[in-house]
Amino acid sequence: MSTSITIALAGNPNAGKTTLFNTLTGARQHVGNYPGVTVEKKEGAYTFPTGEQASIIDLPGTYSLTAYSVEEVVARDYLVQEKPDVVINITDASNLERNLYLSTQLLELGVPMIIALNMIDVAQDRGITLDAKKLSALINVPVIPIIARSGKGTPELMAAALELAGKSTAWNPLHISYGEDIDLALHTMAQHITTAGFMKECCTPRWLALKYLEGDSQIREKGRTDNPVVDTELQEIVTKVGDHLHKTMETFPEAIIADHRYGYIKSVLRQEVITHKFDIDRLHASDRIDKVLTNRFLGPFIMLAVLLGLYKFTFTYSQLPVTWIESFFGWLSGNLNTMLPDGHLKSMLISGVIDGMGGVLGFVPLIMFMFFGIAILEDSGYLARVAFMMDRVFRIFGLHGSSVMAYIVSGGIAGGCAVPGVMAARTLRSPRERLATLLTVSFMNCGAKLPVLALLTATFFSKNQAPLMFLLTLLAWAVALSAAKILRLTVLRGEATPFVMELPPYRFPTFRGLLIHTWERTWQYIKKAGTTILAISILIWAMMTFPGLPASEEANFAQQRREVTASFIQTPDAPQLQTKLAAIDTARAGSALRHSLAGRIGTAMETVSWLPGFDWRTNIALAGGFAAKEVIITTLGTAYSLGETDQDNNTSLAETLAQDPRWNPVVALALIVFVMFYAPCFITVVCISKESGSWKWGLFSICFNTAFAFSLATLVYQGGRALGFAG
Amino acid sequence: MPTILLREMQKDQSGTITAVKVGGELGRRIRDMGIVPGTRITIMGRAPLYDPVAIRIMGGTLTLRNSEADHIEVEIA
Repeated sequence: MSTSITIALAGNPNAGKTTLFNTLTGARQHVGNYPGVTVEKKEGAYTFPTGEQASIIDLPGTYSLTAYSVEEVVARDYLVQEKPDVVINITDASNLERNLYLSTQLLELGVPMIIALNMIDVAQDRGITLDAKKLSALINVPVIPIIARSGKGTPELMAAALELAGKSTAWNPLHISYGEDIDLALHTMAQHITTAGFMKECCTPRWLALKYLEGDSQIREKGRTDNPVVDTELQEIVTKVGDHLHKTMETFPEAIIADHRYGYIKSVLRQEVITHKFDIDRLHASDRIDKVLTNRFLGPFIMLAVLLGLYKFTFTYSQLPVTWIESFFGWLSGNLNTMLPDGHLKSMLISGVIDGMGGVLGFVPLIMFMFFGIAILEDSGYLARVAFMMDRVFRIFGLHGSSVMAYIVSGGIAGGCAVPGVMAARTLRSPRERLATLLTVSFMNCGAKLPVLALLTATFFSKNQAPLMFLLTLLAWAVALSAAKILRLTVLRGEATPFVMELPPYRFPTFRGLLIHTWERTWQYIKKAGTTILAISILIWAMMTFPGLPASEEANFAQQRREVTASFIQTPDAPQLQTKLAAIDTARAGSALRHSLAGRIGTAMETVSWLPGFDWRTNIALAGGFAAKEVIITTLGTAYSLGETDQDNNTSLAETLAQDPRWNPVVALALIVFVMFYAPCFITVVCISKESGSWKWGLFSICFNTAFAFSLATLVYQGGRALGFAG
Repeated sequence: MPTILLREMQKDQSGTITAVKVGGELGRRIRDMGIVPGTRITIMGRAPLYDPVAIRIMGGTLTLRNSEADHIEVEIA
């Protein structure tokens, strides 16, 4: 029997946690919920050379174990409640002093842990020498130097983890002295807690007392529900110490505690654990790069160029694989068409299943290339610089520099997805800035809107496609930011929250890391396509097929066919016969679609949709787009392919639209604008509701966005017509 | 040695933090990132619109807004 142990990876953001996780688990990982930003729990499997199994949890990166952000709460709750067998604390060896702040808190909690000194090679290049043995002896936990990127040192690290797990000793919290005042208060509080058996199941009395002194809102809330009397007693002691400290030293308990933690770290490091060959402020290669990339004048231009470059890369290089996939699905539907007899099954397979899958999978290469580019920006550290340069601008709109992440993931660099974007907004602490971000990220051009935008721009603005797509991204930003400002001035009034952020050193992304990132996100898209989209595609096919034409109408069309055939009885091979028959069939199909459920809804909506210039086919497609934006293309495709009975005639949707006299650049532009800004897909709406804690906000986003998009599209269409661009 | 606010420091100027006069969430966040009294800091640069500011501390680079830098006093050396 092989046993399985649980190992949690904890550490600062940018300490190489995810890199180590990827190195250890490779492809054997499972991402719970939505990827993008490691807010959700990532789990992977690892097999020791000796055959034992380990389940590895990648905790979100945090600087501390207070309850400052959702990530910290998630990480702490996991440690306290799940009690993993071993915690591997990954530290950046080139920035050890600050990294040890989290380690100290882990020690205070008492978890069985190992410190991994990551990027030991970078530290060496910077002239930093570390004595791992000495550090280990001083803080009494194993310390293993590693290079997570190359996997150097990881066998030793895992061997140490296995050994520690085998010991299964009780938790052994570190006690640091925080000075007379705090120590005394801690002692008194711990006694109260022990006597009352307060929150026994959670953690040690001293740790609880410490959290109370630090003003930890999460622990206090739990304490209040556990035992309000003890909670009040403890709170009184905290207030007394706080007042005393404020009067005598103008400081706060949590400040004193933090100072003593750093004091402890300094005292450890000073004992010949760390030696610097160079001045600590020496400019490294990364700083020299920053002198150019975040230069106050050059920086913004470079940033713009980088974003534009990403576009070119995505659109140019993904073209070839897109054609392959399109021709594959074309071949498939062609084969099915000859193999199967006419009827509902064939119609469903071709118009529902294959067109649905093909429409979605055809854009996988595009999305893959886009995510690959984003992964490069993320993993290299450039994305943090974008947040740094953008913060001043974002603050104007009542947002936070960190909002940029949510916006970019949602499609600020076109091709994201609002679902992980909404999740990324978790990094925001202030409920107001978070809500404003949550509610506006869906205005961005997500990967699902891209196919629609790409199709329309390619069809009607083929000469200027790249610049127009770039302009549409800028438009999305402008609209999202203005909407955020409006929200922050009205329903979400309030002050700004702190912006203290790390600029990690530039790093060459590892190819493996890039591939894993890209694959994770692309797979998420495909999964969505494979399940939701396919189901909806079939559902929409059904809506567009049933109920069929009434018997009298069917008889009418059959009668017409007979009459035409009879009139050509002398020359049955004449080409005019085929043309006339085809015209009747098209009319029949068109009439059938209008009779279908979807056609009736679409026709009913024409009473308002004439304003932005949409006909009933577009209306059906847009209604389908609420399920998922990818569906817009598929539905439009299905609407047109069902409209023409001749399925051998493989004119693509783009050609069909270009030839349709009802379509022109103004209609296309109005539709583009509407698709960009109307109600988010229902998955995003669900996420917004969950993340904001209320369905009210989900509903709000549907109504607010659709009303806004309708007005803007009407303005574009009517304005364009008035100016005579409608052709 | 003069003590000034972090906001008033020039690019490439260095000093030692003497006080962080803020509590609550902002105070905690600032301390989590290593901005505590007795630590050396250097101004690395500023964003295009002069705000936020990038500082070098404990061998790493952090950014904070000018309004947050107002709580941090530094002895120039």
